[in-house]
Amino acid sequence: MPEISLPSLLPGAGVTHNCVMPADDKTRLRRHHDMGGLDAGPVERSEHDYAPWEKCVDAILRLLSGPKRGVLQIDELRRGIEDLGPGAYDELSYYERWIAAISNLLIEKGVISIDELGRKMAEVEARHEAERAKGGKA
Amino acid sequence: MSAPRFPPGATVRIRSAFPPGHVRAPWYLRGRTGAVSHIVGEMGNPEEFAYGRCDGPKLTVYRVRVRQPDIWPDYAGPPHDTLAVDVYENWLEPAGEEAP
Repeated sequence: MPEISLPSLLPGAGVTHNCVMPADDKTRLRRHHDMGGLDAGPVERSEHDYAPWEKCVDAILRLLSGPKRGVLQIDELRRGIEDLGPGAYDELSYYERWIAAISNLLIEKGVISIDELGRKMAEVEARHEAERAKGGKA
Repeated sequence: MSAPRFPPGATVRIRSAFPPGHVRAPWYLRGRTGAVSHIVGEMGNPEEFAYGRCDGPKLTVYRVRVRQPDIWPDYAGPPHDTLAVDVYENWLEPAGEEAP
């Protein structure tokens, strides 16, 4: 079993605050995602291609938030991402955070049900498994 | 557009408040004092949009400049450098004349 350093799992662990702190330190009141002003190390400048599923997530958000449907708006997406919590916020990739928040919002709003989503996810997974077994592209 | 509460040049403080939920004032700038450089415009309130409520009044958004040395202890640039941040009116309060 790999050794796990417990403090590294705590929210905010390893983060140093390098801006001038007000006399009454409000560090404990910072929400995890609100990272402006914290030391983040060097900026990663390399670009990368988006995977097809990432483009799908982007398209889903645009379709849901566009004027034709108006099911949700971008500020709700942002709120949904913030509410995923520190663990998910750090571990999920950019578009994983998007689709997690979109799913939660659609369930909240009654557009889809948890049961419906669960069955669809199982169906898609089974299809991918079958395609992989045939040696085709998943 | 009604007269803005804070004219350009006004000294303002970004409110030191820490409510839960979706907040549009950066944590590291709350409680800091700066000067209004100009009025950006009137915008819907994203803190309400974030919960699907879109019918509320628009808010004036201000471009506020905060002196960099007030934010970073080891700031190495010229002391008159400023950081510009757009702040919704509900997050600003008057800071009087004693501020920088």
